Amino acid sequence: MIGLSHYLTVAAILFTLGVLGIFINRKNIIVILMSVELILLAVNINLVAFSTHLGDIVGQVFALFVLTVAAAEAAIGLAILVVFFRNRGSIAVEDVNMMKG
Amino acid sequence: MNAAQIVMPALGPALPELILSVGVLVLILYGAFKGERSTEAVSVGALILLILALFAVVSQPFGSKVTTFNGSFIVDGFARIMKALTLIGSAAAILLAKEHFERERIARFEYPILIVLSTIGMMIMASANDLIALYMGLELQSLAAYVIASFHRDDVRSTEAGLKYFVLGALSSGMLLYGASLVYGFTGTVSFPHIVTALREGSGIGVVLGVVFVAAGVSFKLAAVPFHMWTPDVYEGAPTPVTAFFASAPKMAAMAMAVRVFVGAFPVITPEWQQIIVFVSIASMALGSFAAIGQRSLKRLMAYSSIANVGYALIGLAAGTQEGVRGVVIYMAIYLAMTLGAFAVILSLRRGRQMYETIDDLSGLSRTHPWVAFLLAMMMFSLAGIPPLAGFFAKFYVFAAAIKANLVTLAVIGVVTSVVGAYYYLRLVKVMYFDEPAEAYEPMGPGLRIVLGLSSVVVLLFWLAPAPLVGLAGTAAKSLF
Repeated sequence: MIGLSHYLTVAAILFTLGVLGIFINRKNIIVILMSVELILLAVNINLVAFSTHLGDIVGQVFALFVLTVAAAEAAIGLAILVVFFRNRGSIAVEDVNMMKG
Repeated sequence: MNAAQIVMPALGPALPELILSVGVLVLILYGAFKGERSTEAVSVGALILLILALFAVVSQPFGSKVTTFNGSFIVDGFARIMKALTLIGSAAAILLAKEHFERERIARFEYPILIVLSTIGMMIMASANDLIALYMGLELQSLAAYVIASFHRDDVRSTEAGLKYFVLGALSSGMLLYGASLVYGFTGTVSFPHIVTALREGSGIGVVLGVVFVAAGVSFKLAAVPFHMWTPDVYEGAPTPVTAFFASAPKMAAMAMAVRVFVGAFPVITPEWQQIIVFVSIASMALGSFAAIGQRSLKRLMAYSSIANVGYALIGLAAGTQEGVRGVVIYMAIYLAMTLGAFAVILSLRRGRQMYETIDDLSGLSRTHPWVAFLLAMMMFSLAGIPPLAGFFAKFYVFAAAIKANLVTLAVIGVVTSVVGAYYYLRLVKVMYFDEPAEAYEPMGPGLRIVLGLSSVVVLLFWLAPAPLVGLAGTAAKSLF
């Protein structure tokens, strides 16, 4: 029987993969955008699993809001990436280094 | 639930947000039809909208507490004063930007529109009474801010700043959201008042884990250590008026959000989140003070200064008491004036199209521009916390609240780091007054004069009449308890 804890475990694994994808990725900014999506989807699995478990619809409404915002976020992220590529001619993570921080 | 039960929510409490939302749509249409020639008109329109919204916020009855949209939107004294501060910061950002953007030839009508959109998000953050409204407000604020950071789209540093801000901001929203999902799952509700009741019946490790993630997301938005790494780069890369905006209005909203979440939703588990805030506060004050010492760029210096200032304001939140929240509100109000004043001076350092942004460029400013140098010196003395300037009172109220809440160590560390911070603030004064003067800069434009004048009045004369702000902040703090 697949219960709440299984869903939470999957979501936790996806979330961790997303965070690791941002921090140990040394190649491409597109991969970072994919990792951000992974994080948001992990959250959605969490929300829907809790919503079903509690018998409360609010979690699913929240998940829909998250989906909408994730789409807007991806659009803005790609737009900024395109502008950056025009100026720098590269989208490698190691080339995002004009300022030291 | 059938459809007949759905009633229209009361829109009155959300009037300031509605003014901005409807007005900004009109401005977008106007800008889209008129093209680049509309920049001036759209800027003026956005300023008028912000001022109208400010009047709407101020004219709402102060003491009362109203909720609408099924309890997800709350208007109380705290929301009102934080919204007023946010609106002032945003209006100043538009005033500061005009001349700079015209010189740089990037004056576009999108800038005031994005500022207003971001402001709507910030106001929703200050008024959020459940996790969904909080998240939507936060995202509206952040998405507009990512675009504003990369506003100089032909400049590699500005776009890099936007990209860094976007990646780290998206990560922080993800963390906050993961925490929100855990809080929802383990309390069964997203509404702050219901979370309080649910926690009274007992809280488990799940909720605490959720609160930790939420705290991480909030610290990111506040630029508090250990989630500050984006701040110096974004502040340095973004166009200077945008940096002034990031250092002012979004800080007010992020601090409002922090207080809303921790004091509004999790007062029952105060000891758990208090440890986190105490750590974040100490780390921010220490890093902000020590890392700023080696900086040569004024914008990076202001970035570290803002990190340290967030640390001081968080002392008040760490106290978790009514006095602590009052201290936070006073601190943020005075910080707003100090930071806007400092940025108005930084923006005035230009000859022709060339901007000067390092500390050495200030040398001998007292002889070429005595008034500007005097006012910047006052801002720096105030940031260092020297009486009788406003910055002293800001620190006084948060330290006093911390001592009353038995956080003596925290207050002592705050005093020590502000002594360290005084070194680099006073170094600017030394460079301005005792170094050989460089060539004179161009005179300040009217927008910069207005912002510098108003913030100087607040910083210099606060000690004459502290009662109105302290009283308002007291009422604001009371509305949360």
